[in-house]
Amino acid sequence: MSGVLVIAEQRRGELRPQSLELVTAAQVLRRGGDEVSLAILAAAPDDFVAALSVAGVDEIVTIKVAATEFDPDTFEAALGALISERKPDVVLVPHSVDSFGYAAALAATLKLGFATDVFEVRRVDGELVATRGGYGQKVAVEVDFPGRSTVLLALRGNAFKAVENGAGAPRVTVFEAPSSASRSAAREFIELPAGDDVDMTGAEFILTIGRGIGEEAKVAQFRELADAIGATLGCSRPIADAGWLPKSRQVGQSGKTASACKLYIAMGVSGAIQHLAGMKHVSTIVAVNSDAGASIFSVAKYGIVGDIFEVAEELRKCF
Amino acid sequence: MKILVAVKQVAALDEDFEFRDDGRDVDPDFLIRDLNEWDDFSLEEAVKIKEASAEPVDVVAVCVGPQEADEVLRKCLAKGADRAVRIWDDAIEGSDPIAIARVLAAAAKRESPDMVFAGVQSSDQAFASTGIATAAFLDWPHAAVVSSLTYTPGAKTAVFRRELEGGVLHEVQIQCPAVLTIQLGINTPRYASLRSIKQAAAKPIDVLSLADLGLDAADVGEAGSASRVRRMYVPDKGRAQLIEGDAAAQAQRLAAIIREFKGEAA
Repeated sequence: MSGVLVIAEQRRGELRPQSLELVTAAQVLRRGGDEVSLAILAAAPDDFVAALSVAGVDEIVTIKVAATEFDPDTFEAALGALISERKPDVVLVPHSVDSFGYAAALAATLKLGFATDVFEVRRVDGELVATRGGYGQKVAVEVDFPGRSTVLLALRGNAFKAVENGAGAPRVTVFEAPSSASRSAAREFIELPAGDDVDMTGAEFILTIGRGIGEEAKVAQFRELADAIGATLGCSRPIADAGWLPKSRQVGQSGKTASACKLYIAMGVSGAIQHLAGMKHVSTIVAVNSDAGASIFSVAKYGIVGDIFEVAEELRKCF
Repeated sequence: MKILVAVKQVAALDEDFEFRDDGRDVDPDFLIRDLNEWDDFSLEEAVKIKEASAEPVDVVAVCVGPQEADEVLRKCLAKGADRAVRIWDDAIEGSDPIAIARVLAAAAKRESPDMVFAGVQSSDQAFASTGIATAAFLDWPHAAVVSSLTYTPGAKTAVFRRELEGGVLHEVQIQCPAVLTIQLGINTPRYASLRSIKQAAAKPIDVLSLADLGLDAADVGEAGSASRVRRMYVPDKGRAQLIEGDAAAQAQRLAAIIREFKGEAA
């Protein structure tokens, strides 16, 4: 069989933006005559058809499920049935918190080729090759899938540009998911309390500190520096987890996105992929780190390899 | 009651490193090994549950790895695990997360725990897949990215919150036994005391082969994996322009960038 099956993601009635990035990657992988099908699982999947009718999609597959929000058993039963029936060459899902909960289970159960956090896809002599990171993103790893007729790939967010909205006229197919008993029950969504009233999303100039500061006592020095230079103080995950700064100041996938930021100075931040997701779009990033191999330098415009405390002290003298 | 905690010995790159001759991995001489950061949190979660339980609870750390992985199991024993199990066979070399999960699922069947914890992902290869694939091989309920948990060993259900993008939490009730992948920050992992490190050195580590688990070479390695590494390389480092000089010179250049941003004359 053939074709590319893309699994869209929705939460609380909103289409997740990564869904349309997957459609772009699907164009790279489709071969002559291949169709791109975009499946949406929801309690009311028809609500998403308009938003999913984009260029490059031949078919939208609506799958009505009982669960209003993500549930692993529901996803695996429905998508397992769809993949087994269609036998696509490639299945694309977002590398997201939801897919963490079902993608590997599908791959294990259906004996699919499988890779996650993929940021590049191509065909080499017709065979699918996916590229992902290794050793804390310090190396790139090319993987292939010998002997697998269907390959499931979870694609990294922002690695592919989303297709423009509204330009296509795909046909709509209804897929009847087999009934499945779920072993978990979703209760409610909880928004994090703000912690303090800082607006990381709206800040134009951010100074972020990471694990490199080493101890809580050093936070004050950087707080004072941020005030002196007029920056909003942010942090990476380990600082918030340790309680050295409130969660509201955490930049990254599970924290805030530095949406309005134009100048971002990262001190002692190694650049975990989850952190980069919240800031790599900023036009001017300056990374200060003692490790020249830190992956933060791969997204920075300017790099300073050196002792963050010395640089911070010297910078303070300039203001 | 028993909680099984799957742990991995991860590898970080030395400052300078070389690839293996076949170009498919880094030369092991340039790897620095340690307990996966996520697993430190899942072990702590299990030990906390044990300490709060009225019923006796065994915390069993399990690792798929060669002899040098005993080091991370000793660390787990020092931090409160009661027992440690290591599974290895040369055929496991080159296994991807799906093949490792097959081994972990077989180990879980042997141990029949009331709950299995794994880290959300590993700090080296970051597939975020092993725990959930293990659940699939066991056909157990599962959930990923658990950032808080309410669970009493032996209970038929547990309630947890999974941490979504943007910091929103999603509360879910799940049937037990289950496999949960544990997120950073769910607790504060303890440091092992010198005394517990000494005691851990004397505790036995059970070493099992594939045959002990009813598996064979075709279940692991390249044959049992869902992907194969073709090539590893150092990616283009991007466009970072290095600011040279001593700390004072570097800071002055950075100050000039800040002033330019603010529209002030340097």
